[in-house]
Amino acid sequence: MNNVVIDLKRLTKHFPVGNGKFTALSDINLSFSKGEFAGLVGPSGSGKTTLLNIIGSLDVPSEGSANVLGKSIAGLSQKQAAQLRNYHIGFIFQTYNLLPVYTVYENVEFALLLQNMTEGERRKAVMQALEWVGLTDKEKSKPSMLSGGECQRVAIARSMVKQPDIVLADEPTANLDSKNSHHILQTMQRLNEELGVTFIFSTHDEKVMQYLKRKISLADGRVVNDETVELIANR
Amino acid sequence: MIKFLVKGILRDKSRSLLPVIVVSLGVFLTVFMSGWMKGVFGDMIDMNANYTMGHVKIMTKAYAENESQIPNDLALLEVSELIAGLEVEYPELEWVRRIQFGGLLDVPDENGETRAQGPAAGRAVDLLSPESKEAERLNIPKSIVKGDLPKEQGEVLISDEFAERFGVKVGDDISILGSTMYGSMVVPTFKVAGTLNFGMAMLDRGAIIMDIRDAEEAFDMVDAAGELLGYFKSGIYDDEKALIIRDGFNTRYSEAEDEFAPTMVRLRDEETLKQYLDMADNMSAMMVLIFVLAMSIVLWNTGLLGGLRRYTEYGVRLALGEEKGHIFKTIIYEAIIIGSIGSVLGTALGILVCFYLQENGIDFSALMKNVTMMMPTVYRAHVTSELFYIGFIPGLFAMTLGNALAGYAIYKRKTAQLFKELEV
Repeated sequence: MNNVVIDLKRLTKHFPVGNGKFTALSDINLSFSKGEFAGLVGPSGSGKTTLLNIIGSLDVPSEGSANVLGKSIAGLSQKQAAQLRNYHIGFIFQTYNLLPVYTVYENVEFALLLQNMTEGERRKAVMQALEWVGLTDKEKSKPSMLSGGECQRVAIARSMVKQPDIVLADEPTANLDSKNSHHILQTMQRLNEELGVTFIFSTHDEKVMQYLKRKISLADGRVVNDETVELIANR
Repeated sequence: MIKFLVKGILRDKSRSLLPVIVVSLGVFLTVFMSGWMKGVFGDMIDMNANYTMGHVKIMTKAYAENESQIPNDLALLEVSELIAGLEVEYPELEWVRRIQFGGLLDVPDENGETRAQGPAAGRAVDLLSPESKEAERLNIPKSIVKGDLPKEQGEVLISDEFAERFGVKVGDDISILGSTMYGSMVVPTFKVAGTLNFGMAMLDRGAIIMDIRDAEEAFDMVDAAGELLGYFKSGIYDDEKALIIRDGFNTRYSEAEDEFAPTMVRLRDEETLKQYLDMADNMSAMMVLIFVLAMSIVLWNTGLLGGLRRYTEYGVRLALGEEKGHIFKTIIYEAIIIGSIGSVLGTALGILVCFYLQENGIDFSALMKNVTMMMPTVYRAHVTSELFYIGFIPGLFAMTLGNALAGYAIYKRKTAQLFKELEV
């Protein structure tokens, strides 16, 4: 466990509902090592997104602990949480969420603007990220001129441009057809292998599951199964 | 980051063009209305000061009590001596004598028999002294329609409307059936030097303007005057100074028992004018306040709608590691940029329109034929230095406030909740 990047212990999350509370996550014990390609799977309401939010320092646990890259999420100030996201965590969303008034280049560059890099350094990093996803020829295009698959590749480039330690992908293929889904997943798999970035998916898409090296099943906020690719393959 | 935001503002018309138009319109209305009000109220005040009230006015107490009846039998006497004393005591003021009178204007035919008659409202001012500013003060040179200013005693100006109605020509004789200050009837005859139109229904109706010396002789008022008007030499009415002067004068001169003792009133003491002056004082502040409130609500909604449209962007920015506080700051910066551009455009447009209306005015004479108040018939805006900055208060302040209120919702929410609501 020397390369543990995420360590969750007895993690519980409640949300207030009226006078009571709703338990979204209960007693979660998980750890993720550097370079994992893992997925949180389960039906809607099982707690996948809440767990991603806590790992991504967008939320804090109600009980237990969540350590990401050696930092306790509960103990981070707003500024420290923002810095953790800025330098170490990338997000990929189901609906791409590209900014429509900016070009592909500018969308990817935006992630670096908060890091006080020079224009030259930013240019180099953006072009590298676009090369990873095969979109260097689209740098001047606006998102409205791209297909869904291309948009999601831009989103991947945006999440990878700062070379984060962890990428959190929430249903990344939900809006894509089969061919584009496989293309996207292959791209992410390649980046995981080449750069050693940890990918954690939230999904219930069978196509995604084919690529996962670790599958963690959630139901009603609890981990009901946690199996590695060998176990899946042996079944 | 600023370059990035500016690019976004310029490319997204709903973030730039629409708010700029809204702010510009609001600022334009503020600037224009402010300049227009200033012009209208300023004209009314100046007109009343120039024609009837002066900046301060001295009358006998008895005259003041019956002023509307123009009781010349209660006029001030030994006026030269009084003026000499006032000039020493109040060097900042210029003093002029005025005599008002009423009567019947009689137009004779070639045989000297009455051809036409009509009511006359006369005003005697110093027209013939070379150092006198009275003709300019009453705007007489510009109001002359036919003929010229009186050049010697015995010449008068009459209303052009009256001259037209009764066929009086320049050079004709007219008589006034009136009374002296001691009650005797008099019928002095004068030569018409010209006709005039002040553009004010109240003044133009049966107006006769004559030199003060003619009135002194005609109405037996030598070294007397119904009213002594004082004008600040700066030409600008200063209410605080006028108040001090009035109180000082009345304390010294106004004896309680003597109804012929002089008493002083200031411009603001005239009841209708007091209201105008109070309104003029408050109008700009009220308008700015109303526009700040109204525009804040409009821009708040614009900001909210814009914010809703950009929820995804804010969510992405949060996810990429931007702090909520920084996002809020950028919303404010954007508001300041848009507010400044809108304020500059709105102010420029407002001043331009005000300047045009200052030079040309709008003629309402057709609507004011029967008005009995002393009001100008041509209304003009007035471009003042205040107009150059007054629009920035609603333009910049309301825009920033509106966006700050809209952004506050984002700033105050918990990040996770916000992230969820931001539809990311």
